[in-house]
Formats: sequence, C-alpha cells, structure tokens
Amino acid sequence: MNQTVIDAHNISKVYNPKTIPVYAVNNVHLHLVKGEFTALVGPSGSGKTTLLNLIGGLDRPDSGNIFINGTDITSLSSSQLVKFRLKNIGFVFQSYNLIPVLTARENAEFIMLLQGMTKSERDARIEQLFRQVGLEGLDKRRPSGLSGGQQQRVAVARALATKPQFILADEPTANLDSKSASNLLDVMYKLNQEENMTFIFSTHDQRVIERAKRVITLVDGRIVSDTAEVNVTEAHKADG
Amino acid sequence: MWLIKLAWKNLWRNRSRTYITTSAVAFATVVSILARSLQAGIFDNLVNNIVSSYTGHIQVHLKGYNDEQVLDNSMKRSSRLEQDLRAIPGVVAVTARLESFSLVSSGEKTKGCMVIGIIPQKEKAITLFDKKISAGRYLADGSNEVLMGKELSERMASQVGDTVILIGQGYHGSTAAGKYRVGGVMKLGSPQLNSRLMVMTLPASQELFSADSMITSYIISLEEGADLNKTSSEVHHLAGPAYEVLTWEEIMPEIKQHIESDARNMSVIQWILYILVSFGIFSTLLIMMVERRFESGMLVAIGMSKPRLQLLVMLESMITVMMGSLAGMMISIPVVTYLSRNPIRLSGESAEAYQRFGFEPIFPTSTDPGIFLVQGSIVFVIGIVLSLYPVYVVAKLNPVNAMKK
Ligand SMILES: Nc1ncnc2c1ncn2[C@@H]1O[C@H](COP(=O)(O)OP(=O)(O)O)[C@@H](O)[C@H]1O
Ligand SMILES: [Mg+2]
Repeated sequence: MNQTVIDAHNISKVYNPKTIPVYAVNNVHLHLVKGEFTALVGPSGSGKTTLLNLIGGLDRPDSGNIFINGTDITSLSSSQLVKFRLKNIGFVFQSYNLIPVLTARENAEFIMLLQGMTKSERDARIEQLFRQVGLEGLDKRRPSGLSGGQQQRVAVARALATKPQFILADEPTANLDSKSASNLLDVMYKLNQEENMTFIFSTHDQRVIERAKRVITLVDGRIVSDTAEVNVTEAHKADG
Repeated sequence: MWLIKLAWKNLWRNRSRTYITTSAVAFATVVSILARSLQAGIFDNLVNNIVSSYTGHIQVHLKGYNDEQVLDNSMKRSSRLEQDLRAIPGVVAVTARLESFSLVSSGEKTKGCMVIGIIPQKEKAITLFDKKISAGRYLADGSNEVLMGKELSERMASQVGDTVILIGQGYHGSTAAGKYRVGGVMKLGSPQLNSRLMVMTLPASQELFSADSMITSYIISLEEGADLNKTSSEVHHLAGPAYEVLTWEEIMPEIKQHIESDARNMSVIQWILYILVSFGIFSTLLIMMVERRFESGMLVAIGMSKPRLQLLVMLESMITVMMGSLAGMMISIPVVTYLSRNPIRLSGESAEAYQRFGFEPIFPTSTDPGIFLVQGSIVFVIGIVLSLYPVYVVAKLNPVNAMKK
C-alpha cells in the first residue's frame, strides 16, 4: 500500500579502485516508502555521506541501481540529473546552505525561480513555508543575520519549497547547539507528521537518533542494522 | 532578470574587490583612450600641417618628374583631368602648379630660390599661403606680383613694394628672366620654404619659363577621414599610366617614418597595459571562483543547471568589466576634451624632429568618438574573453568534490 520513494539495489561505491580500494558504500540495499523519517547513523567514515550522495543523484554508484519514485536515476545524464534533483529531491547540507547575498525569503524563493514558478505561486508558498518552519517575520534577513539553527530552518524551507519526493539532510544538526538541533528536529518531525514529507538524514547525535522513526546503521559502507528490518523480523516472529 | 539581480548582488559581496577590479578596468580604458587619441591627434595635426604647408595630400606629375624635378618633365594642364579628379569621392580640392628653380637678385644680392606658379583662388583651398602673409597682400588672379618667404625676403633685404629680378632656365633650354614687384611676404613654418620660396601666379610663371599652358603638378586635397591610399589608387586609375601619383607619405617619407615609430611605441605601451589589466582581472576571477567553490557545488546540487550558473558568473564578470569600461569612457571625455583644447607641447628630441620639418610640436588629442568606442570595446572584449574562465570552472565542477572540506 505504501508508495516506494527510494529503492536502491546492490549499490556500491569504491574509491581508489586501482591503489588501495575503499568501499565507501558496499553492496547496500535500501528501501524507503513515503512518510518515513529515517536516520542514517554510523561512525565517521562509515559511508553516510557517500550513500546520501548516491541516492540524492549527486554521485554515481560503481554498481547497482537506484530508483527514485520509479525512475532509475543511474541511467540519467548529468544534466538530466540536475533537473531531476530540482524537481524531486530537497537538500539540506551541514552548513553554508544559503546564498549569503540573498535574504532568507530570496533563498527559499531561489529554487522556485529555478523551477519557473510564477510570482503569485511563489508568494503563497513562501508564506506557508516560513510559517511551517517557524520563521515568520525573519524572511527579510540575510543569512548573516540569522542563527545557525534559523539558517538550517531556511534550508529546510527551501528544500520543501518545490514539494520534493523526499528531503535528504547530511548531518543537518552537526553545527548546531543541542537546543537548535532539537528545534530543527521538531520542525522536520512536524513536516513529516503534517505533510507526510519523507526525510532521510545522517547524524551521529544520540538525541537526534532517538527522534527517528527508523534508524539505519552503517559500518564500513555496509548496513549493519536497520530498525525497520528488526520490526519486520519481529513481526514475522510474532506471526509464527 | 532575477539572474541579473543575483549577479548584481554577488558583485557587492566583496565590495573592495569589485571596486579595485572596476577601477583597474576604468584606468586601462582611460589610458588606452588617451594613448590612442593622442596618437590620432598627433597624426591628424601633422598631416594637416604637412598637407597645408605645401604638399597637399596627393600629387599628380608626369611620370618621372619625382626623380628628376625639371621643367622638361612638365605636362600640359588639362582642365578636363582636373574636373575628373575633383569628382573622385573624398577629394575636396584640386589645383595646378608649375614649380622650378631660379636665381633671384635685388641690388647686390643674388640667391637661389624655388619659384612656383599657383592659381591663387584654388591654392587657398589647399595651402594656407594666404593665411601666412605677414606683410603686403596675397596674390590676385592676373597679378604680376610675387610672394616671398620671410627669411628669403630678409636675406635679400627686399620688402613689399621692392622689385626683384628672376633669372634662370626655362622650358626646353630657353632663358627665363623677369622683373617682379614684391606683393607680400609669407611667414612659413618650414624653414626650408621660408628661406627659399617665391610664389607667383601660374600664368606669370608660365610666361617666365616660356612654358605656355604647362604645369608640373596637380595638387589634391582630401576631406578629413578619407582613405589616402585608396583615393591615391583611384587617382592613378583615372590619370592613367602616363602619370605618377604620389601621396604626401611618399613625398615626405621621413615624416611618415617618424609618425610610424611613434605609433609603434604607443601601441607597445598599450599592449603592456592590456596585458597588465588582463592579469588583474584574471586573478580576481581566480580568487572569486576559489571562494565560491563550495557555494557553486551547493547550487548545482540543489538543482541549478550548469549553463545557468555559467551565465550567472559570466554576468558578474561582464557587469564588472562593463562598469569599468563605461566609467573609463566617461572619465576620458573631459580629459581628452581638455587636452584637445590645451594641447600637449612636446619637448626634446621628438620636438626637434617635428620642428625640423617646420611644425610646431604641439599635439592636441583627437576627440574622434570612434576612439572612445573602439578602446572601450577592446577592454570590454578582453573582459569577456577572461570571463570564460569561470565558465570553464563551472563546466568542470563536480558538486560532491566542491562541497568536501
Ligand atoms: N573522494 C574520495 N576519495 C577517496 N576516498 C573517499 C572519498 N570520499 C570519501 N572517501 C572515503 O570513503 C569513506 C566514506 O566516507 P563518507 O561517506 O564521507 O563517510 P561519513 O559521511 O560516514 O563520514 C571514508 O573512508 C572516506 O575516507
Ligand atoms: Mg559525512
């Protein structure tokens, strides 16, 4: 019944294949459905960023296929990928997400301009977005006039602006104090609850991990645990 | 439109850098315009001097006259040819002269001089003999008076109203002799002409030299901006193979050489300037792209297409360069105008060289708007070519690598 958003089969990414190969992502299967709120955890260097880059269409796997909403993104050309990302994926990075010369509002509007949305469409959406991320009244500030947490919420607003299939966030709270981190998680969680927006974010912050509905743990590029699988097996056990 | 706005905002993220780049471009534009307009001004001024002092722009002789300037190489004046020459586009005036040599004597004194017969009214449109009269009056048609260079008149101790006697050789070995009243004295710029020139009407000279209806040259004057060599070859085509056609550059090659070497020096300076400015702009672009590497990666990651990002960075450099070259053009206008009204006065070697040829070494700048546009555009084009560098950087950009720390 649940609509599949991300379906990755056997994906691998190897760095330095000719010298000392590093299996940054090693034969990973990943299946995410609409409305999931998933944390990707694991020690530094375990391959979280690489995996997110692969499913976000920023990087290409050396083997395997990645389907986003049914489209095999590994078969798209670079310029098709850019268009695909613009339409289907919202990005929040660890820091420096925003264009410093634009106001908060213009930063969120930027992606809608790239999509060619009309002024009235943009105005309506911006209003809604800033309310949703709790930044009413701050839309005219430049990034330099916002706290780190506020900047990340602008980034979430921007990621959300074009109603993507899912939002991908690589360590969005890594540069935030715990209160701001918790605020950001609140905003993301609310969007997940109210809008059924799918999130996948990497983190190694225990408090953030606790907020996730599903936690996938990576070690050396392999998925070593996935709470969804546990649930499945446990459900299976219960059945039997 | 929003992309242009964003480019504009990006320009001001590092104000001082933008100011420095813009001023460097503006400075280069000003110096290029100044160098070019000075060079053009010098050239125009010299050409006008040369052309109006004696030679005209183009001369037509019987073939061989230039090598052997004797009356036996003279030709029959043809008013038909004169009319046809006048009809060539770019030609503003045509006149005829008979030029020869003779001895002039007055009292005890005798000197060699250059005698030319002119058509007074037509000559006015070419040389400025009429404007250089320092005593007495210019020749009237049919007059039997002579005009003398000031220095010649001083050496001969003859003044306006005195009589001089000319003795020499006429056409086909005849004897030439005549008595003339000095009608005027001309203060001529060229020392050579000032000390040797004797001018009378064409009919008077034809009579003196027994060269009825003969002339040695047609003198042609061109309108400003006319193409000298192109017009010269049209003249040659029209006159036919029996004639030789010489431009002032061919008649006075030393001056031509002098102008050319000055022009070369100027253009070397200009090229050095262009190269310096190119390096300046390029290093700014280099730093800008390094600073913006992460952000460019982020923009491509969230879905900004590379062509769009390339357009953005290109717009940024184009606007910077455009502001610089426009500012440069604006600043140049008053500077060049001032120097055109208050010309630079050369001194030293160059000044002597020009003075030797009888020209005052003052050089107004040319205010030809073409110079502003061409020089402004050259700097602008350099800027555009350099802005291909950020375009290239974006083309090679890999968002994953760009966003790695
Ligand atoms: N461009 C690269 N070249 C070589 N090795 C890389 C490159 N990017 C990442 N790696 C390696 O891949 C592994 C996974 O990195 P990464 O995905 O950044 O991990 P994480 O985000 O979990 O810290 C690490 O061992 C890292 O050193
Ligand atoms: Mg990482």
